[in-house]
Amino acid sequence: MDLDFTAGEEEFRQRARDWLAGHVPAEPLPSLETREGFAAHRAWEGELAADRWSVVSWPEEYGGQGVDIVKWLMFEEEYFAAGGPGRVSQNGINLLAPTLFDFGTDEQRARVLPPMASGEVIWVQAWSEPESGSDLASLRSTARRTSGGWLISGQKTWSSRAAFADRAFGLFRSEPYESGGTGNAKPHRGLTYLMFPLDADGVTVRPIGRLDGKPAFAELFLDDVFVPDEDVIGEPGQGWRIAMSTTGNERGLTLRSPGRFVASADRLVRQWRAHGDPADTALRDRVADAAIGARAYQLFTWANASRFAAGETIGAESSLNKVFWSEYDIALHETALDLLGAEGELADGGEWAEGYVFSLAGPIYAGTNEIQRDIIAERLLGLPKGRR
Amino acid sequence: MRFLLDDEQREFARSLDAMLTAADTPAAARAWAAGDHAPGRALWGRLADADVFALAVPEEYEGMGLLPVDMVVAFVELGRHAVPGPVVETVAAGALLSRLAELGEAAPAKRLLTALASGEAITTLGLPEGGPFALDADAAALRLTVTGGELRLASGHARVERSLDPVRRLARLRPGELLASGAPVAAASRYAADWASLATAAQALGVGLALLDRTVAYVKQRTQFGTPIGGFQAVKHRLADVLIGLEFARPLLFGAALTLDTADVAAAKAATGEAAYGAARAALQLHGAIGYTAEYDLSLWLTKARALRGAWRGPGECRRLVLSGDREAD
Repeated sequence: MDLDFTAGEEEFRQRARDWLAGHVPAEPLPSLETREGFAAHRAWEGELAADRWSVVSWPEEYGGQGVDIVKWLMFEEEYFAAGGPGRVSQNGINLLAPTLFDFGTDEQRARVLPPMASGEVIWVQAWSEPESGSDLASLRSTARRTSGGWLISGQKTWSSRAAFADRAFGLFRSEPYESGGTGNAKPHRGLTYLMFPLDADGVTVRPIGRLDGKPAFAELFLDDVFVPDEDVIGEPGQGWRIAMSTTGNERGLTLRSPGRFVASADRLVRQWRAHGDPADTALRDRVADAAIGARAYQLFTWANASRFAAGETIGAESSLNKVFWSEYDIALHETALDLLGAEGELADGGEWAEGYVFSLAGPIYAGTNEIQRDIIAERLLGLPKGRR
Repeated sequence: MRFLLDDEQREFARSLDAMLTAADTPAAARAWAAGDHAPGRALWGRLADADVFALAVPEEYEGMGLLPVDMVVAFVELGRHAVPGPVVETVAAGALLSRLAELGEAAPAKRLLTALASGEAITTLGLPEGGPFALDADAAALRLTVTGGELRLASGHARVERSLDPVRRLARLRPGELLASGAPVAAASRYAADWASLATAAQALGVGLALLDRTVAYVKQRTQFGTPIGGFQAVKHRLADVLIGLEFARPLLFGAALTLDTADVAAAKAATGEAAYGAARAALQLHGAIGYTAEYDLSLWLTKARALRGAWRGPGECRRLVLSGDREAD
């Protein structure tokens, strides 16, 4: 057991650090939830991609450096420590790309991945629907067979940054589900996973201001939107199984790398040392817990990375991760706002305020924490199903 | 970077688990609480045979060398099985004497360390970094105390006081023969306190794991309203939170064993203490009144979780130490 990195790993870290030192914008970019900020972040993705830093873990043919998970984690640590901007391409990179690597065709990978890596095409997820949140199997939007493809209809909602993005991926019901009927009685069968452009005929995008009013969040209305066969991922009707592999990624390592929390906790501790009242031990303890939590999450992730490297897979354990980081993120930001005192109320008061609003969504998306706790109890502790 | 136990360490945990399961540790703990040390001493001998007390002792004193990761592996098992006695203090005393020898004061190590490592001498230890009491001074053959920069053998101890955990017997030591003094004693004392804190953290994690295991088993078989209570979402979610607490404390513990940095040890101690205590509160709630009885074995872990949370640096002290360290993104 050790925490030592190889010379090659340390060399990679230094290379990342050097590049970031020379490129990370000195002034923070405007919020990626606004039109202006979205454009600035798209340009930043291009800058990252030009030197193969936008998707370091991808194979070189798609714009990456082909590095393993340890180096990916190192890059993330360096990125956040350097104050790198939020990643406007994260839904594509973290959710769609892993699915395409596992289930896509060579043609799809060659067509979709390079422009995703460069920020030229920015993707949003189209999974949630009104009255269908964590229970994806209850989706009602449909995909109907037509010549050379599918016609999709229905309504999708809670699509982050859909107001400004280019394309979407999501699940659609391609075979009817008859609750209690004699036909297709399993709700998670008959779903098809496909990709479509947000500017296609029949697509209407309506922004929904989030808690802080920023306009990038949106709902999508779809009226017989044509999707060619080449944009179906995997076999039609197998969308559930394919999507499950993606949600595992979302809850697991890739969505929230520890680098972000380690960098934020370090910043909080520096602010505490500079401005904190040593007599306020209640706040001191919360600052300490933020430091402890970041270190716990970092080491937990290193342990999982070691398991990956040893050929093991991570299953329901990703639910432990999801509940931990999402609740940690809120506690971290609450502590930072409290440390700021009265200035913590300012909505444009810097990175903590926007981060706070963003953190509040953590326990809601990527499968609510209630669902995650059910998974933990049933699959990791072996408790009986049912009695919700 | 391979932040995983190796096969040998896993096998060490398995063999200790098997030995302690066979040894009926709850019975030994109950006897110990009543002042009958015989079953506990027998258990001590078997732990010594497994080299548990040699894990902070250099080979030249017939130890295994300084092996904090292996020590942590062992102490998680000692906690899981509610092993009685000053196990933490014995290992920490080993670290103290070893460090003192490294710093040029070898006489105490030469005189005492071999008996400690072999398990012959049950040892208790009082340090300025610990509380005012030494654990199980009435059972210990060797009682060490550091006060005012001096390491002394204790000449005896005051009356034994009851702990919230009846198995832990507390007493103030009376300083006796001077063994060493000066800067090396202060440095070795701080070092030993880190070992004691780390071992206590490991024990706490084991206590939390035992509480969770026993509670999960209980809620699967206990029925109310015609169904196992483990099927109720309120019960499931509470136990899920216990597991999250324990599983995120575990890497802090092993990370601290690798660095032996005071701030890292403090983080591990705070996290394991909170996680184990959370497990205890959940275990009591979900067992209901049966958990509130002394006769039911669960009580051995319930009371220990609270006691360990405060022993060898309490939560506030740990958090202060976390912030006083200068760990930054490296």
